[in-house]
Parts: sequence; C-alpha cells; structure tokens
Amino acid sequence: MIQLDNIGLTFTRDGEQTEVLRGLTLAIPAGRFVAVLGPSGVGKSTLLRVIAGLLAPNTGHVTLNTKQDSKTLPVAMVFQDARLLPWRKVWSNAAFGLEHGQFSAAERRAKAEAALALVGLAGFSERYPHELSGGQRQRVALARALAVEPDILLMDEPFAALDAITREGLQDELARIHTATAKTIVFVTHSIDEAVHLADEVVVLTGKPAKLTSTVDIDVARPRQRASVEIALLVARLRDELQGSSAATWVI
Amino acid sequence: MTRTKTVALSALGLAGFLIIWELVPGLGLVPATILPPPSALPGAFVSEVKNGIWLSSLIRSMSHYLAGLTIGCVLGVGLGVLTGLWVPLEATLAWVVRILRPIPGLAWVPFAILWFGIDPKAAIFIISTGVFWISYFAALGAVRAVDRDLIELADAFGFRRADQKLFKVILPAATPGILVGVRTALGQAWMAVVAAEIFGVPGLGQRMMQASNLLASDVVVVYMATMAAAYGAIDSIFVAVQSWLLRWQR
Repeated sequence: MIQLDNIGLTFTRDGEQTEVLRGLTLAIPAGRFVAVLGPSGVGKSTLLRVIAGLLAPNTGHVTLNTKQDSKTLPVAMVFQDARLLPWRKVWSNAAFGLEHGQFSAAERRAKAEAALALVGLAGFSERYPHELSGGQRQRVALARALAVEPDILLMDEPFAALDAITREGLQDELARIHTATAKTIVFVTHSIDEAVHLADEVVVLTGKPAKLTSTVDIDVARPRQRASVEIALLVARLRDELQGSSAATWVI
Repeated sequence: MTRTKTVALSALGLAGFLIIWELVPGLGLVPATILPPPSALPGAFVSEVKNGIWLSSLIRSMSHYLAGLTIGCVLGVGLGVLTGLWVPLEATLAWVVRILRPIPGLAWVPFAILWFGIDPKAAIFIISTGVFWISYFAALGAVRAVDRDLIELADAFGFRRADQKLFKVILPAATPGILVGVRTALGQAWMAVVAAEIFGVPGLGQRMMQASNLLASDVVVVYMATMAAAYGAIDSIFVAVQSWLLRWQR
C-alpha cells in the first residue's frame, strides 16, 4: 500500500523557487494499478520520484507498506528511457538490483533469466543493449524491475518513446504481468488511451503547482478491448476533465 | 579505391622513400656518415644485437616506461576520479593545477636530477609527470560526463553509497574516456623516455646519444627505428586491450 499525505515539493534553482507539488494526498491499496495522468511537465515524474524516495518532499510524508523480506527491494522503477548499462549484457542488466550481496551469482542469474522470460526476452541474455530494438530495451528495463520482486512497481512514461505497435504490445504484456503478479503499480503517462487501457484507477494531476484534480475508476473487465464503447466513453470523460484544466495539448 | 589498390600504393610509397634514401648517400650527394643508407642498417642492427647492448637498452627503456606509465596513470586517474566526484576538491586544487600544469615535462629534468641523480628513478619521475596530467584531465572529464540518469538509476535500485555508485556505474561509464587519455599518455610517455635517457639514464636514448657522439650514424638510425617499432607494438597491444574492454560498444 502507498499512502501520500499532504505532499508538497518546491525546487530551488539559482535562488529561484518553483513549487511543483502542493497538498497531494492519495492512498493506493496493495495490488492496484493506478495511472497518473497529466500534461507534460506538470510534475508527474517528480511525484513518482517522491514515492521512490529519490526526492524528499518539503512537506508531508510518504508511507509504503510492503510485505517485503530483507532480501529484495520493496520498490522498483522503470524510466521513460530504458536506462540500461551499456557495458552489461542483457542478463546482467536484469540482475542489477539483485547485487546487494544477498544472492549468489547463480541465484542472480536464475532470477534475471526468469524475469527476462516473463517479459518475453528468453534467449536474449547474452546480447548487449546496443544490439536490441527500443522495445526490447524497454522490456529489459521492465525485467530489471521485476527481478527484484518488488511489491510496488513505479513506471515513468515507460512506453512513451516507442512506436505505436510496439507500445500496444508492451501495454498488453504489462496488463498480463499485472494480472499474474498482483503488484501495486503506479504508472505515469500523458496518454489518456494508455491510462484507460491499463489502470484500475486514473488519477488526474494538473495545474502549477500540481494538484490532484480528479480520480476516475476504470471498472472494465480484463483483458480489455481497445475499441470498446465502454473504453471510448471513459476516454471521452477524462478528456473533458483535462480540457477543463489547462490549455495543454494531449496525446489521444 | 579498393583495399588492394590502397595497400599497393602504400607499399609503393614506402619503396620510393627507401630508394630515394638509398640513392642520396649512394650517389655521393651527402656523405654516408651524415645520412647512412638503409642498406647499412641490417649490419649495424646485427652487431648491436650481438654485443647485447640492443636488448639490454630496450629492456631498460621498457622498464622506465612501464614504471613511469603505471605510476602516472594510477595517480592521475585516481586523483582525476576523486576530483570529478567531489566538487570541493576540484575547487581546492584549481589554482595549484593552474600553476603546475603548464610546466613542460622536460622542465622537470633539473629537479629530477637534483632529487634522484642520473638514475632510472629520475627517468621514471619525468615520465610519470607527463602521464599524470594527461590521465588526470581525462579521468576528471570522463567522470564529469557520466550520464546523471545512470547515477539516478543506481539510487533507484538501492545503491546509495558513494562507493557503490562509483563501482556500479561511474567507473564503467567513464572507462572509454579514461582509456582515450591513457592512449595519449602512452605516446607522451614514450617521448619522455627518450628525452630522459638522452640526459644520461641508461636505455635506448642514452645508447643513441653515445652512437651519435662516435658519429656511428647507422647505429643512431637503428635505435630510432627500434623506438618507432617498440612504440608501434605498445600502441597495438593497447588498442587490442582497449577494444576488448570496450567490446560492449557498437
């Protein structure tokens, strides 16, 4: 479970202060897939970094309740760029988060291979990142996050840089993995379609400083059809919510 | 141009160079003592090898070279990485570096002799001074250029201590840049070897100066060629090691 209480964050750069987040309160129950939707630059990624503990908020606090043993990390992150270490082979990239001295080399390799199989990359272990396509690299990044067996998966526009066909393939893959593993997922996106297709709940973040403006439950059975009327209505409703909020352009 | 044609032209150019070189003293345009013809070199080489001086000079120069290179690189890369990681250290050293860096390596010769005498240590000192600065700036620049996103990645996966970030991300990411500096240092150090030995430390440079004083110009050329060949071999070995280390690059 993730509990955010009154989160506020202000960046100071060259003496100039920018308030990015204000008064954010949100509870995400265990196992829920939450999409955070908002225009580019609104502070979605910042919010994700606060949840990950990479940024300390100026006000409020983050509570993570995980049923983690000491061997694995409670939270893992997937970034917009795959961010693989180019000097490591695919399997070694996938094993990155396991190198805290808690596993033997053989265990690390086995866990990395299992995670790679889960994202459909069995057989790619011995390649280097530059030998993969963009979609494959993002799969490795997902495998790296899954390998640490986190309770919570934080995803920062992970498919935004991919072409449409690859993106839809990976979305379906993620939906399947979520159903199979029941992880809590916080998925940042600026695509309404993507949010509605994947999430149990869409949280809309708008304004400067960013505030939570609305929450929409997506009560649609899985696996979801992209072209269904139900989905189209939800997309339309979210688009209305967002157009009322700012003049930003939207990826539809 | 095809590859065969390129090779053929290169060979032709080299042959032309050797023929002109042979003809200039051969036709009596200059005396052979001033410019020994290439045909005189194999004999001079064989006699230097037979009396054992060639091999011992080569071994001595190599030992100065490798010692100076190792000391200079370890200190230069070490300090460069530390300075790259820690901004206050760079500020602290900024003016010291400004004063010391412009001093040419050979300007250290008086102090090298004062501190170490005409001794291999003096040669090693001069060599490592030049190598130090090259590898220091290469390492500093390479560490500074490491993608911040990769450091954030280390944070996100629980590697929050400085030493973890250094070994998991920063050093591997900085390796290509550091190696470029080391390769430059390799050439710089070889020049310094010869320079240091010309001042009397035993090795290829000293033997070359002895031959020059005796007007044995064919022997001088033998040692010039030896230096070129030795450097070529070192550089080839380094490039092979470098491309093995960086085999992950496209």
